[in-house]
Amino acid sequence: MTAALALLAPHLMTTPPLLTLQGVSRRYGDVVALEDVSAAVYPGEVLGIVGESGSGKSTLLRMMNLEDTPDAGDYRLALPDLPGNLFVLDRFARRMLCATRIGIVYQNPHLGLLMKHTSSGNVAERLLIAGERSFAALRGRARDALEASEFPLNRMDARPFELSGGMQQRVQLAKAIALEPALLLLDEPTTGLDVSVQALVLDTLKRLQRDRAITMVIVSHDLGVIRTMADRVIVMRRGRVVEQGLADQIFQDPQHDYTQQLVHAKL
Amino acid sequence: MTLATLTKPWAAFSYGFLDASAKREMRRKMLKAIAVPGCQMPYASREVPMARGWGTGGLQVTLTLLKPSSSVKVIDQGADDSVNAASIRSFLSKVSGAAETWDTQAATLIQSRHRIPEERLRADQVLVLQVPNPEPLRPVEPNMSVARQMHADADYGRLWLILYEQMVRSGRIMEGAAYPALVNRRHVMTPSPIPRWDVPKLHMAEHLTFLSAGREKRLYAVPPFTQVEPLVFSDVPYQVEDHGALRCHRSGVTGYYMNEIPQDNGGSVFELSDSNLGIKAIRRAEGAQVEIGPTWYENGKMPQ
Repeated sequence: MTAALALLAPHLMTTPPLLTLQGVSRRYGDVVALEDVSAAVYPGEVLGIVGESGSGKSTLLRMMNLEDTPDAGDYRLALPDLPGNLFVLDRFARRMLCATRIGIVYQNPHLGLLMKHTSSGNVAERLLIAGERSFAALRGRARDALEASEFPLNRMDARPFELSGGMQQRVQLAKAIALEPALLLLDEPTTGLDVSVQALVLDTLKRLQRDRAITMVIVSHDLGVIRTMADRVIVMRRGRVVEQGLADQIFQDPQHDYTQQLVHAKL
Repeated sequence: MTLATLTKPWAAFSYGFLDASAKREMRRKMLKAIAVPGCQMPYASREVPMARGWGTGGLQVTLTLLKPSSSVKVIDQGADDSVNAASIRSFLSKVSGAAETWDTQAATLIQSRHRIPEERLRADQVLVLQVPNPEPLRPVEPNMSVARQMHADADYGRLWLILYEQMVRSGRIMEGAAYPALVNRRHVMTPSPIPRWDVPKLHMAEHLTFLSAGREKRLYAVPPFTQVEPLVFSDVPYQVEDHGALRCHRSGVTGYYMNEIPQDNGGSVFELSDSNLGIKAIRRAEGAQVEIGPTWYENGKMPQ
């Protein structure tokens, strides 16, 4: 008889979630953007959010980045010195939290980047907000972040509007990871890129995730992207979560009608 | 009793040119500006007999502070005798009865553009700087409403970003005049277009400084003994203009901020930018009894 293998409980069972959202609702006039949405993200995992346009997935991500306040709901990050509901924080605390603990990559680089400033300067701005005041350190850390996001370093002082779409996304990514945030939010990071560039950017994201065990939330309408990246998936429709589970589960054995439609439409 | 006995006799203008309510508003805004050092206070910039952009902001502050016992000095680019300085000075004296002076030591009220005098100002003196553009965030944020929010958040990262990019592009900081400075560790202000040479003079100074922009309708202040720190990187020290070793060709004085005077032969000579200091130095060299006060810079260096 061989020695019995030590049976370890799955990682998800032993670690408390990094991010917890509970009962988040948001209406814009008569439009219900989010209705009682709850979600949890565990340290080191990638959560995918899928759904059609207008299903509330981007609104949910904006809530996670504290860009908008919900009508009701509770949002917690299991980080030291951040107790309580983050939605009640004042704008100063919010700004500092978003700058130092949360990184975000937008679909539209104009939202995330200062187009007239250099790429390395865009990354350096993040570090400046966090209080870095040494030029050598700014330069070095901006270079490291750009290198980690596989940006060609000979272009690091080019301005984003001179760069291709894929490179702009890499600058955004470098900016997002410059302060080694606890949470990285990706809002359709590869939409609008052609398929080969999209594959390269996803490759970089994968590598980052493996090397740094960074916790990510990725929003996409593209099931291919979600399938490549995500460990767990949330399916949203009309502001509600209709199904959630492990990525393989969702894609191989979708339970909800809408998920079945979605998966079959893609495959 | 007639109505005439109850009213003041007719006069061409009220004391100090501005009417009483205008001066009251100015005083309130000036007190507010002192209470929050470096924070821009909006005010209703009045019409004065001078075009906007020629120092109307500074003029309104000076007119509010004037009294008959004041002694006013007006500087334009360091000189007391330029047309603009001379006209403002004679206007101030005409509407208030205040004495005119060129001497930094004798003045109680100094209105200036581009320079702070080289002689140290005392606690009983007030410096008024004319400011063309009071908003340090304008180069990075054209929308003034957003800029005000950035001030409220103390969100000055982009000002450092400008310096970062100058370092990347040119290897040194290229900001010349109006170098942004952090006042009282809270608000970033633009200290009017004074050269880098003059910014350290505001740090922990004994005198009160008002900075006022008439066209932009904003005024702010640096109260006495307030920290004024130019934005710098921790590993790139703040540098003033390299004028410490230059020699004034008229007075022979060295160690102060100089004007470069191009010559016919293609070369150039230098002369003291603070013209009153130059005049005093020449008089003293000729044997006259002239008192030159202590200066901020000693032998071309600012003592720490």
